Amino acid sequence: MKDMHAITLRVNGRDHELVVEARRTLADMLRHDLGYTGTHLGCEHGICGACTVILNDAPVRACLIFGVQADGAEVRTVEGLADGEQLSDLQQSFSDHHALQCGFCTPGFLMLAEAYFADTDTAALTEARVRELVAANLCRCTGYQGIVEAVLATARAREDAKDDSS
Amino acid sequence: MSVIGTRLPRKEDPRLLRGRGRFGDDISAPGQLWARIVRSPTAHGQVRGLDVTEAASVPGIKNIITAKDLPPGLVIPVRLAVGSADLSPYLQPVLAADMVRYVGEPLAVVIGDDPYVCEDAAELVDIDIADLPVVIDAVGAGDDENTAAELTLGYGDTDAAFAGARHVVSIELAIGRHTGVPLEPRCLLAVPGPENPGRAELDIFGMTKVPVFNRDLLAGMLGLDEALIHVHAIDAGGGFGIRGEFYPEDFLIPWLAITLGRPVKWAEDRAEHLMAANHSRQQHHRIAAAFDHDGRITGLRDDIVHDNGAYCRTHGVAVPELTVAMLPGPYRIPAYRGRVRVVLTNKTPCGTYRAPGRFEGTSAREHLLDVAATQLGIDPIVLRERNLLTKDDMPHHRHISTLGTDLVLDTGDYPALLVAAVKEAERLGYRAEAHPIGPAGPKPRGFGLAMFVEKSGLGPQETADVAVSKSGTVHVFSGGTSVGQGIETVLTQIAADALGVDPQVVRVVAGDTAAQPFGAGSWASRSTVVGGTAVHQAATAVRERAVQLAARMLETAEADLEVRDGSIGVRGDPNARVTLAAVARAAEPAGGYLTAGEPAGLSARRRFEVARMTYPYGVHAAVVEVDAGTGRVRVLRYLVAYEVGRAINPMLVEGQLIGGVAQGIGGALFEEFSYDDAGQPQAITFIEYRMPTAAEIPPVDVLLAQDSPSPGNPLGVMGAGEGGVNAVGAAVANAVRDALGLAGGVGQLPLTPARVRALAGRTEGEA
Repeated sequence: MKDMHAITLRVNGRDHELVVEARRTLADMLRHDLGYTGTHLGCEHGICGACTVILNDAPVRACLIFGVQADGAEVRTVEGLADGEQLSDLQQSFSDHHALQCGFCTPGFLMLAEAYFADTDTAALTEARVRELVAANLCRCTGYQGIVEAVLATARAREDAKDDSS
Repeated sequence: MSVIGTRLPRKEDPRLLRGRGRFGDDISAPGQLWARIVRSPTAHGQVRGLDVTEAASVPGIKNIITAKDLPPGLVIPVRLAVGSADLSPYLQPVLAADMVRYVGEPLAVVIGDDPYVCEDAAELVDIDIADLPVVIDAVGAGDDENTAAELTLGYGDTDAAFAGARHVVSIELAIGRHTGVPLEPRCLLAVPGPENPGRAELDIFGMTKVPVFNRDLLAGMLGLDEALIHVHAIDAGGGFGIRGEFYPEDFLIPWLAITLGRPVKWAEDRAEHLMAANHSRQQHHRIAAAFDHDGRITGLRDDIVHDNGAYCRTHGVAVPELTVAMLPGPYRIPAYRGRVRVVLTNKTPCGTYRAPGRFEGTSAREHLLDVAATQLGIDPIVLRERNLLTKDDMPHHRHISTLGTDLVLDTGDYPALLVAAVKEAERLGYRAEAHPIGPAGPKPRGFGLAMFVEKSGLGPQETADVAVSKSGTVHVFSGGTSVGQGIETVLTQIAADALGVDPQVVRVVAGDTAAQPFGAGSWASRSTVVGGTAVHQAATAVRERAVQLAARMLETAEADLEVRDGSIGVRGDPNARVTLAAVARAAEPAGGYLTAGEPAGLSARRRFEVARMTYPYGVHAAVVEVDAGTGRVRVLRYLVAYEVGRAINPMLVEGQLIGGVAQGIGGALFEEFSYDDAGQPQAITFIEYRMPTAAEIPPVDVLLAQDSPSPGNPLGVMGAGEGGVNAVGAAVANAVRDALGLAGGVGQLPLTPARVRALAGRTEGEA
């Protein structure tokens, strides 16, 4: 018999209740049970980071977490970044800096950066530090240059916005 | 102002950024079953038995098939046949029956409701294989028994050139086994139509690269009419050569869908990808050049062993042929002979990887030139300048043919690009950074440069349809496919330019076999050149037709009309204008402006044919730092200078070049499929198969030249897909050699820490 568990979680502000097998990964649960197919699986062993989502404010590899571990949790995925048809500043910056080609790894980089911004003093962010952050995930198309530039530009723009409002 | 040449934001970006791309495993069908492939755990052996009893008893397992369940004699055929070599004995069966020849070879397929359960059951298939001796080292396996083909290309009297040479310089260089490794693994969904079994229509998602070719091939193998198979255009998570070739799974999944009358999906995992999808690159070169007293090349020869793995797949011997065909590069070489032996080993079979044959050949030739420069006492850049073909040599007939086309270097000023690249590297401080004043210390730095010729725009044809619908939307149906290169954006720019419309109103469908049944796909840096030109021609034809209809609507002569901003009007009369949308409505069957018998619709289909490829070229320069203690090599600076003829979207060309450099650094320093003595693959995760991260890739400087428009197409464009990766192995090897002050060559790529430590020890020993 399958080892099934009833869980609840909130994804991008929306509540879900479902019954999930104990061994089912968070990534498969998000993609195939809940329809959040923007979270991608590139390696299923925690290296590539394409499946990065934000689980209770921390970036996690959704391929290394079981769905049941998200019971009662708040999850953010790439589908939650845009405001309606309006891309977020980070998404727009990725487009402006040609930070994506095939786009398969992109959701992972976006979530990685968002989690980082929420947790870090971006005022002191250097290119070297951004490069170190971006080195957490794999991209096979871009050579990373556009991704580093896009993340850095967004961090600076958000700092400027903070300064303006203060 | 034309939209061609602008940095138009990509049409693809919004959906991909929002997580709304449609990749293989994002698409599901009601009632779908999942497939799991059972693969050989043994590199070479005789299959004595496959017992599926226990696996079949697992609840939720629908079916398990082995070779005996399939129509007999099915093999993966060669797509790209070159030369006269008979490869039929070396083709891969769809499922292994009696013999297995590499770890990962498909033996059986488990089908069930749940992918997790399928994977459980696949583990329970009892495989009984009697081991046979394995061949892992292609160079050591020198006998005819393991040789699938041997090719020699060349011209002139090389023996005489070498006999009469003032200097002969030779090196050996091994290129490591690596491949494209797109971030999205392969995935296939096959959905049978309602008429079942046997005569079903079939919808397929996930064959992205050469969909029409694969559709026709599949139709033949299934005994179906090709028009009943619809390969849909979806997003693909990277191409790079490996994606979308016809693999055993590309028959198995559709066949299962038809046989079972249910949709079947297969999504491979990363370990499968690394041991079952095409490998590439592994070659051993023994290359030599003959020079006269001035350092001018009088002859070039290369003797190559190409490790093709266990079978010849869709590319047959195209990669080894391209290697020897392109090896002379941008130089004036009076006599040349390239010989390549294609050896079969008990490893994953090989196909193409971005710049196939050129990454390998450029590495060998350009490393040889640096060693020669040392031995002849000439600066490596001067040695190259002395031997480059010049503008006056163009077009230059190589007297070699490749991929069935004559190799004619069609345009360019190679010395001018070399001068520009060296100047740019100086301006950016490359050489000063490579050779800082003071003692070298434990981390010497080196500068390396390499030059190359690429090829692009392989024919024979591409077809495009352009249609304007009643809202004024311009629909482009191309045979190219979207693999991340931005084809939708490029074709949008070409169509918008030809039709005089805003790029916003253009919509591109790339690689849908129902929408474009005559497409040849996206590979060989051909989509912008051949596919783009077809779109240009079809859009131009639509424009001409629109002018013809507008003349009827405005009751004026065509010569008095101008096309501007999505409308057609009488020159000098702002009130006499019709929009493209109005013209499209006028072209409807009841639109009122068609003459008797005239076909309805504002649309055109055009086919662009090319007899020859067009040849872009470039220069790479690198600064590296070598830690002689740990053997670690860091690439500090990297420059690509590249002639592209005309850039439709410079941002995308730069993106192609920069991304290619990152892949090249992977092949030069990190990525390698190694095997143990029993033929067990040692790189089946991203822990062992080391793809570079942002920490290993420096910012890349790009010098994009548009000085030599291609004479082979009306847009003047040349391909941009492969110039970023082509010369990275060479430039990095030359820079490491420079840093370590080696007298000879580096011997082997990738330059892993262990190899670099050994090289550093050699210099210490010499000193």
